[in-house]
Amino acid sequence: MKLFGKYLLILFKSQMQYRSSFWLLSFGQFIIPFSVFAGLYFMFERFGQIQGWNFFEVALCFGVIHMAFAIAECLGRGFDMFSTLIVNGEFDRLLVRPRGTIVQVLGSKFEFTRFGRLLQSLSVLVWAISRLGADWNFMKAVTLIFMIFNGVCIFMGIFILMASMCFWTIQGLEVANIFTDGGREMAQYPINIYQKWVTRFFTYVIPFGCVNYLPLLYILDKTEGPSAQYMILPLAGCLFLIPCLLVWRFGVRRYRSTGS
Amino acid sequence: MRAYLSVFKLRLAMGFQYRTAALAGIATQFFWGFIIIMVYQAFYSQTLVSPPMALHQLVNYIWLQQAFLAFIALWFRDNELFQLITTGNIAYELCRPSGIYGLWYAKLLAQRLSSAVLRCFPILLVAMFLPQPYRLSLPDNLGTAALFVVSLLLGLLVLVAISMLIYISTFITMSSAGSLLMFGVVGEFLAGMIIPIPLMPQWLQSIVYALPFRLAADFPFRVYSGHIQASEALSTIPLQLLWLAMLVVIGRFSMGRVLRKVVVQGG
Repeated sequence: MKLFGKYLLILFKSQMQYRSSFWLLSFGQFIIPFSVFAGLYFMFERFGQIQGWNFFEVALCFGVIHMAFAIAECLGRGFDMFSTLIVNGEFDRLLVRPRGTIVQVLGSKFEFTRFGRLLQSLSVLVWAISRLGADWNFMKAVTLIFMIFNGVCIFMGIFILMASMCFWTIQGLEVANIFTDGGREMAQYPINIYQKWVTRFFTYVIPFGCVNYLPLLYILDKTEGPSAQYMILPLAGCLFLIPCLLVWRFGVRRYRSTGS
Repeated sequence: MRAYLSVFKLRLAMGFQYRTAALAGIATQFFWGFIIIMVYQAFYSQTLVSPPMALHQLVNYIWLQQAFLAFIALWFRDNELFQLITTGNIAYELCRPSGIYGLWYAKLLAQRLSSAVLRCFPILLVAMFLPQPYRLSLPDNLGTAALFVVSLLLGLLVLVAISMLIYISTFITMSSAGSLLMFGVVGEFLAGMIIPIPLMPQWLQSIVYALPFRLAADFPFRVYSGHIQASEALSTIPLQLLWLAMLVVIGRFSMGRVLRKVVVQGG
């Protein structure tokens, strides 16, 4: 942990060397999801609802998912760019150091500019919460934090899984974007609006449904029966991370250097 | 003209080298298309007001958007040109005996064309055989199809003229990030990439109609799906030509201005 902190400090200093570029990129990260959100707003202005969900309910969902994605992208940038480490053989250097590979890859990159996105999603979240009028209590607040935290876990899991693929393919796969960017775009709406097969895939295989749709029902008092199960459902996100880490370890073991 | 043509051909051949990347891109775009259509389907399913655009028209709109992404995306860029400007290698380009505006225009055009040609046919073909409601339907008659092709190609020319302005602005700012960002985000929103223009509120539509961004993407797609009638399309095509002429004149003029001031610092 201390090591990771040191990594962060160094990376932060190096990124701050290009100050104006840093601010511009952060601003860009703020404005891009903002335009998506504006689109969402206009759609609701025209249609009023989407399958029984109103604007602020969807905005809450949007805020949670985008925040999770922003945090995951901050942290997991090293995994996202992992193919470059493999291609030019730098991963060998990580292997000979007396630390775990995960922490080293995590520390190899950290995108501070993603704070722009974080800020945007945070403001959406606050706006949605203040206008929703759900009666908040301690349990619901915990659920919300669980949702975000486990959303981060899911996105991280996908990043790690895709990075592990590089052990076999050497190249980075553009298809990975389907699950990261595509997953984000999809999960910004409550997941039950989609066709059944999509909903199932993204609940049981990649558990986006467990961090957006089901706990959202609980927060908005749309559930019946005991609430405890809805509260702990987001933890499926943590569970998703486990097989991803196993695949990673398996990949590291059969890694063959490209040599260059 | 021949010089421009050969630059165009070279770039086209280069673009065709990246077939695997194109394949991955196709898969990604299919997924996007599906997700977006499903969202609109959900919006349409319980609507009380009658929307200004039918769902099957919207489906066509979205598939065309995915298929011709390379024609309409403003963030699609040539880093080589940016590097030429920031590293000072622009000096070599200036030595060439042909006009730099035309040369770059041909380069950018070919790049978009090669990328779109690789991607559009598989996407269109598969989308035509999807089950309803996802199927891409054919245009009503041959006249519509012809109008679509004409307006799409003119739109492409307009878009490349717009993107030339991004490159020209880099001469002044020396960093591509800012102008790319503003053009990319604002331009795409105004081109109907985030939500289709007929679904925007009235006040926004009036802004959009006054700007050229929609001519590249929104206009040809709506011609295809029959949302814009043939007579209206025929009256908009001169507008495309007008914008094209205007943008090229502005581009050439400002390019001349910045080139006169350009200082190459060795290297």
